[in-house]
Amino acid sequence: MSEPILRVAGLFGRIGGQQVVEDVSFDVPATGVTALLGRNGVGKTSTIKSILGLIDRSGGMHLGGTRIDRMPTHRIVQLGVGYVPEDREVFGSLTVAENLRLAERDAAPRREFIQRLFPDIHDRRAQRAGTLSGGQQQMVSLARALVNENRLLLVDEPTKGLAPRIVDEVAEALAEAARTVPILLVEQNLHVIRRLAERVVVLSGGRVVFTGEASDLLDDEDRIQRFLGVHDATDPHDTAAGSTR
Amino acid sequence: MSTVVLLLVTGLGLGALYFLVASGLSLIYGLMGVLNFAHGSFLTIAAFLGWEVGRRVSDGTWWGLALSAMVGLAVGAIVAAATEYLLIRRLYERHIEQALVTVGLSLATVALFEGIWGTDPIYTQKPEWLAQTTEILGAKIPNDRFLLIACALVVLGGIVLFLRRTRYGLIIRAGVENRSMVMALGIDVRRSFTIVFAIGGAAAGLGGVLASVYYGYVSAHLGSVLLIFAFIVTVIGGLGSLTGAAIASVLVAVLQQFANFYLGGTGDLVVVVALAAVLLVRPRGLMGKVA
Amino acid sequence: MNQQLTDAPAPARPSAPAPEASGRRPLVLAIGGVALVAALATLPLLAIEIPGVLPGPTYTPGTLQLLAYAMLIAALALSYRMMFGLAGLLSFGHALFFAAGAYGLGMTLNVFAPAEWSSGLVFAVSIGVTLVLGIVLAATVGALALRVTGISFAMVTLAFAQAGSVLIRRNPGSATGGDEGLSLDITNVPEGLVGVVNTRNLYWMALAVLVFVYLVVLWVERSRAGHVAEAARENELRVRVIGIRPYSVKLLIFIVASVLAAVAGMGYLLLQSGASPRIATADFTLTLLVIVVLGGVGYRWGAIVGGIVYTLLDQRLTALAGSDFIAGLPAVLRVPLSEPLFILGTLFILVVLFLPGGIAGIPQRIRSGRKQHPVEAEEATDA
Repeated sequence: MSEPILRVAGLFGRIGGQQVVEDVSFDVPATGVTALLGRNGVGKTSTIKSILGLIDRSGGMHLGGTRIDRMPTHRIVQLGVGYVPEDREVFGSLTVAENLRLAERDAAPRREFIQRLFPDIHDRRAQRAGTLSGGQQQMVSLARALVNENRLLLVDEPTKGLAPRIVDEVAEALAEAARTVPILLVEQNLHVIRRLAERVVVLSGGRVVFTGEASDLLDDEDRIQRFLGVHDATDPHDTAAGSTR
Repeated sequence: MSTVVLLLVTGLGLGALYFLVASGLSLIYGLMGVLNFAHGSFLTIAAFLGWEVGRRVSDGTWWGLALSAMVGLAVGAIVAAATEYLLIRRLYERHIEQALVTVGLSLATVALFEGIWGTDPIYTQKPEWLAQTTEILGAKIPNDRFLLIACALVVLGGIVLFLRRTRYGLIIRAGVENRSMVMALGIDVRRSFTIVFAIGGAAAGLGGVLASVYYGYVSAHLGSVLLIFAFIVTVIGGLGSLTGAAIASVLVAVLQQFANFYLGGTGDLVVVVALAAVLLVRPRGLMGKVA
Repeated sequence: MNQQLTDAPAPARPSAPAPEASGRRPLVLAIGGVALVAALATLPLLAIEIPGVLPGPTYTPGTLQLLAYAMLIAALALSYRMMFGLAGLLSFGHALFFAAGAYGLGMTLNVFAPAEWSSGLVFAVSIGVTLVLGIVLAATVGALALRVTGISFAMVTLAFAQAGSVLIRRNPGSATGGDEGLSLDITNVPEGLVGVVNTRNLYWMALAVLVFVYLVVLWVERSRAGHVAEAARENELRVRVIGIRPYSVKLLIFIVASVLAAVAGMGYLLLQSGASPRIATADFTLTLLVIVVLGGVGYRWGAIVGGIVYTLLDQRLTALAGSDFIAGLPAVLRVPLSEPLFILGTLFILVVLFLPGGIAGIPQRIRSGRKQHPVEAEEATDA
């Protein structure tokens, strides 16, 4: 296998003095989707935030050979990291166009690509992002990351709380993106994981408990039950987290 | 009727002063989470230096006042930006300590101003027209009120344009809403901190020069007095909201004027009661973001 | 998550005794504390001179007055630290309660003097009345202000204090003396607490107030309420999850701290034979904040050291400002150096920037040789 794009070694993360990520180590290969899995509250989101320096962290991290564990967030992102946060975090008081304009880092942002991928969003350019539906906000959040050429995407629960039809759209967009850029994906929806993920990293209690090919985990009902605390449902849209809508 | 008009316009004039101080406070808090106790000192130093330059050139003329205003704007912006760059930035993200540093700065600078310019108010000259009155609906309105209102409107318009039309304005608006997401988009949000301080300082500096026109004097405590009311205005309006600050400035000042006249000089008390009431009913203020 | 909930409530404070010495250390500290109080109590009988720090030998009224004042400010700072340092409540209204104690007792003594009662009884009852007023005021302000958190809490307390300050200055019914201040009516004050000849009694009273406040603060911090308040400061959610309403605990701490401030205020009234409206201002609360941070927020005795150092510095710098040495300097140096608050403010900025543990944190810093920020956890809820 070629050199991994992201190398995490002995990562610790703290929020308000409390340890939320504990000695986490894993690699993200330079192609395809790596899923970061685990039950609720095991530190998946905190791991993503630690990588970006959004919470207090320490440990060794390299992005394509560059050491990033002491860099401020904006510098890491400028190296070519796209971030789609949990709960979307669009700027509600800004318009859709302003949200996208703010996100443009490249000299030649891929506006046509975004327009093709999310035509619905393009039509709502002048609307305030806070007035969009959850699904539309997720499209804006994805678009903010995909408008630039990235070396790595960090995508945190992109289908959380979305209607089944929107879940498919999001998965489609991620599949499209994954053809050109490696993705580290936090996801609860097994159907989406099955469709996208090639490799999985499983966290439990802030630590890594399993790393391997996606099929090794997903074909083993017992492991799914043990690591993720869910039965693999027959309904492809049944999300493990228990969606709100 | 004429009394009501007089109180209303005077309230608007005072509200204009509050706004010039509160706009910066609100933006700074909204973007950076820093409660800036040194903001009053930005105002005072600008008022003193504006007066020193103005009186040397030509005291009591429009030309002198205009020069004072320019000096006030520049001094306020420079001092505020330097404060952010030299003191606040070193304590990045440690909001309590940042507020403490501004407390220390305000104590030290007020004492320094007293040392340089003395403890007594220094009376200032203003252009003749500003000392006269204009009759509106039977009320004799001192002309300086109009100047204050006009300046505050220009500043409000200027800041709104800046926030709406520039890249930094965009970053600031987004940062007030969710600063860490701005960083996560690869933007060095700290650069906009200095800019927000400079803008807030410039507005306060202009406010200082105008306050010396309104009160007719400059003193080391000019800023401290206005700062308390500006804090109240900022909180009532909603921390981080420029529109909220503008509305609350007018409400507070007008309320204060009316209470002073009709309720036996209880303006300050009424304002304080209003603050407590607003916070208890609506903790985030009139226009503030959800905490 | 479950496992984290059952953890110890909060990381040990820097001032807490090290675990390995927990057996003997409190005893040593207690003996040391008693010895220190005893030494302070004998000061009026001795003639110790510290040139440059004290204005004269320790038995002289001037020096005793200054030391007594410093101890009352230390007591007040201690009560403020309990709120800010322990419970994380950044109040801008603490001066209100100090003023309530001073003005409350002064005004009660002025108006309340049933002829048939002995003056000793009147004095005692006046103190009781003031305490009750203090509790009622603290409970009212606290109950309202604690409905909001963070900066809004600071602003509501500031607003109440500002209202109190305005009231005192407006002098309703000539009760407060307005800008002139209130002078103490000594008719019913015990003779031993009146006049320059009795300054040493006032000194002992101030020492007693400080010891009393210290013991109450210690008791509260060691109590269950204190631990819960500390845990709530670090992580409010965690306290909620185990079924405790942080509100009640915070309110309790707020009331106790405020009443202690009122006690210090009563001592201040007796010591100064009056009260000035300055003690009700927001600036006075800011001074307390400066004292607590200067001394070290993470340490109980930091507030005491801060209070005493600040008062002495303020007094000595004022004396320095009027000295011939300063008068002979060029204006660039003379003007700043003749303003005590300029020097104190600058010192304060330097402490915040370079000495996060305050004065009391210096030994700890030397021992561990690394930076630490006792107030940093404050930000957890804000992020």
